[in-house]
Amino acid sequence: MAVTAYSGAEQYNFDIVKKFAVMSLVWAVVGMSVGVYIAAELAWPFLNFDSPYFSFGRFRPVHTSAVIFGFGGSALFATSYYVVQRTCQARLFSDGMASFTFWGWQTIIVLAALSYVMGYSQGREYAEMEWPIDLLIEVVWVAYLILYVGTIMRRKQPHIYVANWFYLSFILATALLHTFNNLAVPVDLFSMKSYSLFSGTQDAMVQWWYGHNAVGFFLTAAFLGMMYYFVPKQAGRPIYSYRLSVVHFWALSFMYMWVGAHHLHWTALPDWTSSLAAAFSILLLMPSWGGMINGIMTLSGAWDKLRTDPVMRFMIVALSFYGMSTFEGPMMSLKEVNALSHYTDWTVGHVHSGALGWVAMISFGSLYHMMPRLWDTTLYSRKLIEWHFWLATIGIVLYIVAMWISGITQGLMWRAFDEFGNLQYSFVESVAAMMPFYAMRAIGGMFFLTGTVLMAINIFMTIRQGKRESAAPDAGLAVRMAQA
Amino acid sequence: MEWLMWFSKPENTKPLALIIFFVTFIGIVIYVYGSKKRSAQLESYRDIPFLDDRPGDQDDTKDKQ
Repeated sequence: MAVTAYSGAEQYNFDIVKKFAVMSLVWAVVGMSVGVYIAAELAWPFLNFDSPYFSFGRFRPVHTSAVIFGFGGSALFATSYYVVQRTCQARLFSDGMASFTFWGWQTIIVLAALSYVMGYSQGREYAEMEWPIDLLIEVVWVAYLILYVGTIMRRKQPHIYVANWFYLSFILATALLHTFNNLAVPVDLFSMKSYSLFSGTQDAMVQWWYGHNAVGFFLTAAFLGMMYYFVPKQAGRPIYSYRLSVVHFWALSFMYMWVGAHHLHWTALPDWTSSLAAAFSILLLMPSWGGMINGIMTLSGAWDKLRTDPVMRFMIVALSFYGMSTFEGPMMSLKEVNALSHYTDWTVGHVHSGALGWVAMISFGSLYHMMPRLWDTTLYSRKLIEWHFWLATIGIVLYIVAMWISGITQGLMWRAFDEFGNLQYSFVESVAAMMPFYAMRAIGGMFFLTGTVLMAINIFMTIRQGKRESAAPDAGLAVRMAQA
Repeated sequence: MEWLMWFSKPENTKPLALIIFFVTFIGIVIYVYGSKKRSAQLESYRDIPFLDDRPGDQDDTKDKQ
């Protein structure tokens, strides 16, 4: 193992990391605001204003794209560029290419949001972008892959640290998934509309092969890369077991590819296909929990940090939610459970316990660790981090509890029969029963969003403080001494 | 090319796939945990994130100073 002394930020390209990190917070606020709005639309339908531009159907992909690709994607670009440089002890392979990925990615998110509001959608969940935007994604993603691999190839450290394996598997798998799920024929060269190359059941299977692997590689493997670097860094101690991380990586990467068809239980898809997917989903519990244990046990011997360090608390709660949602997911993939849970709000709750509890919380923790270091300063306010933590945690709990109750109620109402064998409830009765829980969910979202806004303010002040300190080093020192 | 037909039958390919994947997995586990020397080598990579640390890298909030 090569040991290279830190030789200053100028060794690395941190400018691109800063840009992506800031944009990840901007998209977090935008995407979560839209999420709260559409949650409120379900609870208080007058918010649709009888306008297609405000409708749930058009705003929902704006929300999912802004939080997954805008917030999550930008956080992944930022942290992957940071981690690959620092663990390979090498500057990014090309500054121009890095800049291209930034402007390209931000353009994609803006174009996607505008096109959804205008009514353009492929109707494929998490892949709603129409073909011109898909082509742009393809180009940006290939540039990202070349840049990442190029940087790894010029590393000074002989071993490639495991976080980079996870990031690389995410980049490779996403390229594969995006390409095959978006094979489509445009109606016309100057038309936004296109039709999928696949049809019927095959189309559904390709879509859910993509959909679940987007969860597996974009929302899991990549954020595990984040976890494998930032949890040890924040804890000030190395990962619990490197060998476990190797087994975790290979088992997770292999198994995720098989599980997509569990989204299509009880459909026209051949029975054995979704059963196989369910079997792999159950097997997936083992590597998932192996990774969770590896992350949490990193704190072994330093559990006091959970009391004293709010950033660490974000990370450990994230790992706990990772463990919980990777237990809930396999359980929901069982055919009998799925017969109750599918098409209900339980699925929405499950997705959000992963997305808010795992993805957002590990991102918040990592950004809180990384951003002050990028601007060579300290976080502006610890109190705001504490507030953010509790608002986010309470928000998640409100959200998922509401969706559990709502989803199970829906499932039970839809399958209830009266003594004559007729359905006991009409669909609209089940909708009416959901209303209190929709309001509860919207309030949970408001809690979470408020926490995110506090973070954005805290980071904004941190950056301003960092800039002031670098502009006037003596004044910064005086302020610090006065505070001490 | 008649032998290729053997692969078209799920009763053949399912156990074959099981054997290939199981052996690969066991191979990875043996590689990772099978040798004390290799284990020590692998565990030494845990420290990579700390190799380019600056002094005072752990202080991240004003309140800690």
